[in-house]
This record gives sequence, C-alpha cells and structure tokens, in this order.
Amino acid sequence: MHIHALDSYRPAESPVHRLDPRVKLVLAVSLILAAALTPERAWAIFALLQGLLLVIELFSRVGLGLVQQRSLTALPFTLAALTVTFSTPGRPLWMLGPWAITEAGLLRFVSIVIRAYISIQAAVLLAATTPFPDVLWGMRALRIPRTLVAIGGFLYRYLFVLADEAQRLLRARQARSAAPDGRGGGSLAWRARVAGGMAGSLFIRSYERSERIYAAMLARGYDGEVRTMDPPALRPVDWAVGAVGLMVLAAVVVVGQVT
Amino acid sequence: MLLSTVSPVPVPMHIPDGFLSLVVALIGWVVAVVGIGLALWRSREALGDRQVPLMGVLAAFIFAAQMLNFTVAGGTSGHFVGGALAAILLGPWAGMLVMTTVVAVQALLFQDGGLLVMGANITNMAIIAPLVAYGVYRGVRLLAGEERWGLLAGGAVAAWASVVVSATACAIELGFSGTSPIGVALPAMAGIHVLIGIGEGLITLGALALVSVVRPDLVEAGRSSARGGLRWVWAGLALALALTLISPLASPHPDGLERVAEDIGFLEAAQDAPYEIIPDYVFPGISNEALATIVAGVAGTIVVFGLAVGLAALYRRRAVSQA
Repeated sequence: MHIHALDSYRPAESPVHRLDPRVKLVLAVSLILAAALTPERAWAIFALLQGLLLVIELFSRVGLGLVQQRSLTALPFTLAALTVTFSTPGRPLWMLGPWAITEAGLLRFVSIVIRAYISIQAAVLLAATTPFPDVLWGMRALRIPRTLVAIGGFLYRYLFVLADEAQRLLRARQARSAAPDGRGGGSLAWRARVAGGMAGSLFIRSYERSERIYAAMLARGYDGEVRTMDPPALRPVDWAVGAVGLMVLAAVVVVGQVT
Repeated sequence: MLLSTVSPVPVPMHIPDGFLSLVVALIGWVVAVVGIGLALWRSREALGDRQVPLMGVLAAFIFAAQMLNFTVAGGTSGHFVGGALAAILLGPWAGMLVMTTVVAVQALLFQDGGLLVMGANITNMAIIAPLVAYGVYRGVRLLAGEERWGLLAGGAVAAWASVVVSATACAIELGFSGTSPIGVALPAMAGIHVLIGIGEGLITLGALALVSVVRPDLVEAGRSSARGGLRWVWAGLALALALTLISPLASPHPDGLERVAEDIGFLEAAQDAPYEIIPDYVFPGISNEALATIVAGVAGTIVVFGLAVGLAALYRRRAVSQA
C-alpha cells in the first residue's frame, strides 16, 4: 500500500498550507475549545464558527466536499447522545411509546451534534493541510514530551510498512480459505483464533523489526537521545494570523457567554 | 472511505469533540497526563534507549493489527483493539505508552476521536484498559501457577475485561457530561462491549498462543518489566471498584458544565433552569438510591472476584492431585 493511500494530508499551494504548524495546531484546538464553550442554543455563534471554518476551507483549496465528507465520520457517535432527547426534563413534544421527546432535550441534542461537527472540521482541516511530521514537530515545540513525540514519529514511519505486512497476511488467509459471501469457514471461535494467530505473527514480525531498527540506530551512533533541528522562528505573518485568530475566537466566546 | 481500511468497524469508543463537557474533558487530561508521566518514567527505567524504537514500532503494530478482522456473522466483522495484548507482552507501563500514541495518532491523523477530549480517550483506552488488563492477567497467572492455561485464560479474560472497563469509563464520562443519561449509556455501552470483548479475548488468546510457542522469551519479558505482580492485581481491582463507585454519582448531574458554570456564576441566564424540575422529576431520596447502587456494585465485584479465586483454587487442587 502506498503511503498516500492512508495519509490524510492533501498537498496544495495555499496560505493555510504555508501557515506554521504550531500556529495551526493552537488555532485548531482553540476553535474546538470555543465550540465547547459556546452554550446550547447559541445558534448565531454556531453559525459564526461554521462560517469561519467555511472561509478557511475555501482558502485551503483542499475541497469543501473532502472536508465535509471526512467530517461525517463523527456522526455515528451521535447515537450515543440520542437518549438526551428523552431524558432531559422539559415540555414534551412527541410521545414515542412510554418516552416523551422533550423540547429541551431535542435542542440539547442538536447543539451537541453541531458542536461535534464544527470540532471535527477543525481537526480535518489541520490534518489535510499539514504533513504529519510537521504536526509532530509542532507538538514538540509546544512542549509535548520529546519521547512521546519521537514514539509518534516512529509510529508514523512504520505504520505503512506494517499495514502492508498486515495486508499480506490477509491476502494469504484469503488465498487459503474459501469464504462464501460473508460467511467464513469453521466456527466463530476458530475464525477468531486464526485472526489471533495472524495478530501474534504480526506482533513477532514487528518486534523483530524493532530489534533490527534499534541495532541499525546503534550502528549510526544512537545514544538514547532523539536529536532534531530547532524549529524555525515564527514569521511575522504567522504571529499575525495566530494573534488575530485567537482574538476572534476569544471575542466569539465572550459574545456567546453574554448573549 | 479511506478510514475504513484502518478501522473496519467504527468502534463506538473514540469520543469525538463536542460530546463531553469541558470539566470532564479537563479531568480526562489530568488523569492522562499523570498516567503518561508515570509510564514514561517507569518504561524508560526498564527499557533504556530501546524505548523509542520498540514503543514506536509496536504502536504501529497495534494500528496495523486493527486491520486484521474476522467474520462474526452475516457481514459483520470483529476486529482487534490490542490494548490488552500490548500490556501483557510489554508490561503495563510500556503498554500505556504504546496505546497513548495510538490514540493520539488516530485523533490527529484520522479524526478518530476528538482533540479536546483526547485526554478522556487516552484515559479510557490507554490508561484504564492496559492497567485493568494487566491486573486481571497477573491475577489469573498467579492463581494458575506455572500452568499454560493461566497464560491463555489470563490473556483472554484480561482482553475482555479491558474492553468492558473502557466502555464503562466512556459511559460514565458521557453521563457526567449530560450527553447521555448514565442509566441508558452504561447498560448500552457495557452490553455491546461485553460482546465485542469476547472477540477481543479470542484474538488475544490466539496471539498469545502463537507468541508463547515461537518466542516464549517475549511472554516473560512483559513480566520482568513490571515488578510486584500482586500489586497490579490490587490496582486493577481497585480501579474496577472505583468506577463502580463513581457510576451512580453520574446520574444526578444532567449537565456537569452547566452546573459548574452556575456555581462560578458566569452563566447567569441559565436556560430553562433545569434544577427546578429535578425535584419532582425522578430523584426523591437519590442519596439512598445512589448508595444502594454503590453497595450493589461493590458486592457484585467482590462476588465475581471471589468466584474466580475459588474456581481457580479448585481447578489447581484437582490438577495437583491428578499429577
């Protein structure tokens, strides 16, 4: 599998792509925080945040459709929130068997879904406009423990190698077992054990690969410290975008709290 | 869908942003940061400069292993989460680090789970799950002595328990956030994951069976990196008890954030004033009810634990007398 088949980065020439990863990371998290701080039923504030996101999405040239389509992945989780429509006390709107859907419950549910949708768009935009290694160094610059970031870097480096390995295992299983549509052979426990054996052999292959990698690192002078270049200084435009962005979000939060 | 190649089934445990109140998200971060800090320190002690390459590649392994699915019935398929296997084979601290990285990259790269609520997701899947898994695993192995069934049964039960306990923690967080009432979320989440956990248990069993034959040294490696086997058993049991104690408390707060906002006073125009409605809602004598639930939960946990100990002791005595 080629690296691009899994990576969510979409290369393009845009001001959003050029923005410093540290600034993008801070702004994305701040926007999600602003959505979390916006009270329920503050529809105008929600619309404002969504409008802001749409403008950035247009500027980023990754395609509105792509961002919206990827953002839908959070929606299955809304099932978990569906029950608030019944459990929130308030004026009943409809009866559904023994349960009453209340007005307050319905409005709370809609607010939760909107908040989730706004938040995930910010995360999608960050991932689509920033190569993952840049996100990693952005995190390190923001004082996330060095070791953790280094582990994240290794994960990203070997994710695609091991995904290939897993696909070879799956192909081998398919080649050896007839599976009439949807039904595998053998009992469920047997099928699970086969999958377990595959996981075990993938584990051993990964473990032994890590031993070879470690030996190769030692041969190249690794002493337990992961050394990287210092991040470049923020350009004036990064400072400006970051400061303006944070001020706009702060203003949105304040307006949301007051009204 | 690109995502579906990595995660064939949308596991309903990665909480997206917007579903947790700010207070719950912050508590999740506090627990996560403390857990990660301890894990970084202890695993560095055990692994030295091998820490980064080993943890990194094995985190990629967990990701790739989640592609290994198997048909359950009629088009649905189970797949693998991996937290328990990581904790058993690498030890609990290293397992926590590996799972933390997996959860973080899932959120940052694939938007599987939110950024602001990442602390809570890490707490559920990367702190609680490996801890409970390791505690259960050590417990079964201590009871089984040197028997091989201890490794296999311990692994399977540990994997099952880790999935169920993380789902429980997830439901409790949703309950405290006012996103889903605990009375509905807890049985639903725990119920689904009692089933999902069986698949996880069987896959972990299969993986351990293979690894223990091909590389028996790796199975014992996880043991040496965490000293004090019995202490892990107690830690796992204490955590399960703590969750049982917390869960009934989650119900009286329909919305944690709103409540705190009220207390601090920055949200004066409280919408709808839900607290006037609560007294004549359902909760008269809530303290007794909560207390009863707590007592029942504690009793249940002790009974199940006692049963497990008794059965294992019985089995062992028979095995000894046969030998």
